[in-house]
Amino acid sequence: MKASLSRELIALRAVKELSEGMYVNLGIGLPTLVSQFIPEGMEVMLHAENGVLGYGRITTEDKEMDIDLVNAGLQPVTLRPGASFFNHADSFAMIRGGHIDLVILGGYQVSEKGDLANWTTSFERVGAVGGAMDLACGVKRVVVLMQHVTASGEPRIVRQCTYPLTAREVVNTIITDLAVIEVVKEGLIVKEIAPGWTPEEVQSLTEPKLMVAPDLREIEL
Amino acid sequence: MIDKIVPSVESAVAGIRNGATIMIGGFGQAGTPFNLVQALVEQGAQGLTVISNSISQAALLVENRRVRKLIASFPIWVDRTRPNPLDEQVPAGEIELVMVPQGTLAEAIRAAGAGIAAFYTPTGAGTLVEEGKEKRIFNGRECLLELALKADAALVKAYKGDRMGNLVYRMTARNFNPLMAMAAELTIAEVEKIVDVGELDPEVIVTPGIFVDRVVKAPKRGEWMYQSESKLK
Repeated sequence: MKASLSRELIALRAVKELSEGMYVNLGIGLPTLVSQFIPEGMEVMLHAENGVLGYGRITTEDKEMDIDLVNAGLQPVTLRPGASFFNHADSFAMIRGGHIDLVILGGYQVSEKGDLANWTTSFERVGAVGGAMDLACGVKRVVVLMQHVTASGEPRIVRQCTYPLTAREVVNTIITDLAVIEVVKEGLIVKEIAPGWTPEEVQSLTEPKLMVAPDLREIEL
Repeated sequence: MIDKIVPSVESAVAGIRNGATIMIGGFGQAGTPFNLVQALVEQGAQGLTVISNSISQAALLVENRRVRKLIASFPIWVDRTRPNPLDEQVPAGEIELVMVPQGTLAEAIRAAGAGIAAFYTPTGAGTLVEEGKEKRIFNGRECLLELALKADAALVKAYKGDRMGNLVYRMTARNFNPLMAMAAELTIAEVEKIVDVGELDPEVIVTPGIFVDRVVKAPKRGEWMYQSESKLK
């Protein structure tokens, strides 16, 4: 098996989706890693569901850790100048009200129409959706980070999600360990590809038909 | 003179009856009124309906089989250091778990506190969450009718409070607490510090005392409980 992007490299690629002045929410799991790689000097305000705008990075240093200051994954974080705190209803007003520019979420499956399944793999057991549904349907732009295939090699980019949905037709961009794929009305376009991989190889691990961008290039970090 | 301060956590939770609906503030350990929850376990009320963000706020009540129904955005057991009480209670039909998207949960609580009976939200349309809910299309977008959530009692945690019930919070320990304080018949606040009336700047009071019935001073509690990497995708 050829090398694919590590979790850290996927997060690094995701950082390229950010730009100066953006308000951004990072979903729990892999997306929280993005906060570790935001370039110094880039003023991006990170939002967390639990009522903070302008947190910095995840910290493990005792002197920085405050039990009252966590991101949505309950990890201790730092604060940036200009940060603010607010209650949960205001926090989700920012999300649902369309005030957040970008959300980066984890995923189990994304369909060719941009449907997202990312909170449970079971229709029987009660799951835990947290804020994922609000984020997926309220934020202007949705980027999903995930492994291209499951542990058993099944495609995660599918014609129709088989896991319970988070929201319909919401995903704009998928970043996997193998490719960067845009979701457009006509379908899925491979824009970038991991070093050493061909579009045909990525297609063989993807259920729906992929279109290849004329300017296809290697994933740049 | 208005004086909402009570002398102990025991007196703070007095009168909560069997079968009551209880809101518990907090997100993870931050802003969770652990002292009041423990006092409620000791008080003995049973058959409770609990509304909280996750099971973490109600863990002690669930472990002691006091909860008949849990309404939460995260109604699953994540604490791997303790046995999962849901493994027994769910199959036995002793507890019902209701999952609500987090933003809908917050808004439903806010709505109840503001006297709004229900609201339409796009969150959850086209998913399992829409089951049994009235749907309507606004501006071309399908929305679900969600009902307000109110409670008999709210257990909240604040940083500072005064005898009038005015409250301020610390950082992300605010979360659901100010909303729940508005949405219950009886709001009980545990605070780290009690200050004199007038000491809290009126410009920064987050929960005005009108929403609060009892204030009790209790030591700050809570341990780090961030989720293990293995749970995350």
